[in-house]
Amino acid sequence: MHYFANPLRFQRLADAIFPYALIATLAATAVGLYGGLVTAPMDYQQGDAYRIIFVHVPAAWMALFVYLTLAVAAVVSIVWRHPLADLYGRAAAPVGAVFCFLALVTGAIWGKPMWGTWWVWDARLTSMLILFFLYLGYSALADAFDDPQRGARAAAILALVGSVNLPIIKFSVDWWNTLHQPATVMRFDGPQMHLSMLWPLLTLALAFKLYFVTVVILRVRAEITERRITNLRLAAEAGDD
Amino acid sequence: MTAAAALFAHELRLAFRSGGEMAQGLVFFLLALSLFPLGVGPGPATLERIGVGLIWVLALFAVTLTLERLYAEDARDGTLDLYGVSGLSFEVVALVKAASHWLTSGLLLVLFSPLICLLLGLPAEAYTAVPVVLLLGTPTLTLIGGIGAALLVQSRRGGLLLALIVLPLEIPVLIFGVSAIEGWVSGLGASAQLSILGAMLLGALALGPFATAAALRLALE
Repeated sequence: MHYFANPLRFQRLADAIFPYALIATLAATAVGLYGGLVTAPMDYQQGDAYRIIFVHVPAAWMALFVYLTLAVAAVVSIVWRHPLADLYGRAAAPVGAVFCFLALVTGAIWGKPMWGTWWVWDARLTSMLILFFLYLGYSALADAFDDPQRGARAAAILALVGSVNLPIIKFSVDWWNTLHQPATVMRFDGPQMHLSMLWPLLTLALAFKLYFVTVVILRVRAEITERRITNLRLAAEAGDD
Repeated sequence: MTAAAALFAHELRLAFRSGGEMAQGLVFFLLALSLFPLGVGPGPATLERIGVGLIWVLALFAVTLTLERLYAEDARDGTLDLYGVSGLSFEVVALVKAASHWLTSGLLLVLFSPLICLLLGLPAEAYTAVPVVLLLGTPTLTLIGGIGAALLVQSRRGGLLLALIVLPLEIPVLIFGVSAIEGWVSGLGASAQLSILGAMLLGALALGPFATAAALRLALE
């Protein structure tokens, strides 16, 4: 468990994984985009506009997935005080927030031609917006302390509370939404997705995951380096006296 | 037990002796409320339509904002360290502080809520529905907000950050609180919503103090 608590060991592993993750990300993105934008047929109802799901759906999945990993990292941080879990939280949260933002923006762009409006207070959109605020709160709390370690641990407690609360929020928003039916009619009960559309979607979902791994490795490395610089500076200051 | 009782009495005495501080949440609530007729117009139909939602949204704000100093003051003057060596577990401290805070702020809102219904011109059923639902919902807000207040003890930022981290977690209380009052007033019944509000209170009562205590221990490290 604590083998990778040593940043050097972690860095060696990360350096080994990084090139593969990067190449796999680029390959999966290229294949998935080709499949989604070129080979997948046009939708008989939505025309070409539906193609935004190839970005929208993986982003939404990732937004949820990253929050889940934050909660797991929070448990590891609180129970074992593993330094890597703290680093991971700080590195992954902004990436998750961006996925969430991407899902909201692509949803709005998709909603304009499909529903005739940029935004509806639909259950899914509202839940996603709340998730975005949870991400913002996490990052803001992590940055609100002079000591980054303390910030990371406080944010871990918040992530854990949030993960307990998230299903309750989801449930209440669904309840709220059924009470206040929006005027816009939207239905997804069309035909099942055809394989020619499904495989690019799944490939791009994989590409998003790989991209996440790549970016988190970069960000954790940057975080480790930043701390080393801070420590060296402090040591140099102490030496001057 | 005696230590917990002493802490409880101490907190209540502090709240009563600090003069206007206790009423601040209520005053904020009334002030914010009086801005709405100025903003959206004083038409009784409008106010009745948005009234219930308004009460709950402002209750969320009022509770959250008054919680800001709940632990920060204790940390600044060293009382938090005393809790640490007093033999009281932080879970009990969290529970006692939440209880005393709610008694001196949330309960005040509950007691004054019929007056608020009057100001908003809500129907007669609301005069009982609003206080009962607030009675069931506001302690949950205090317990959830207490976690945020404890997390921010040693931070450089307060107020707005507290709102940012706590308000999303309080959304379920807002949704079911409004729905319970509307169900009650319209005669559709509110037992489901009241049950869920009660369940959320019990959940917050069971889990909230542990999260708050973890945050307080972190603050003392």
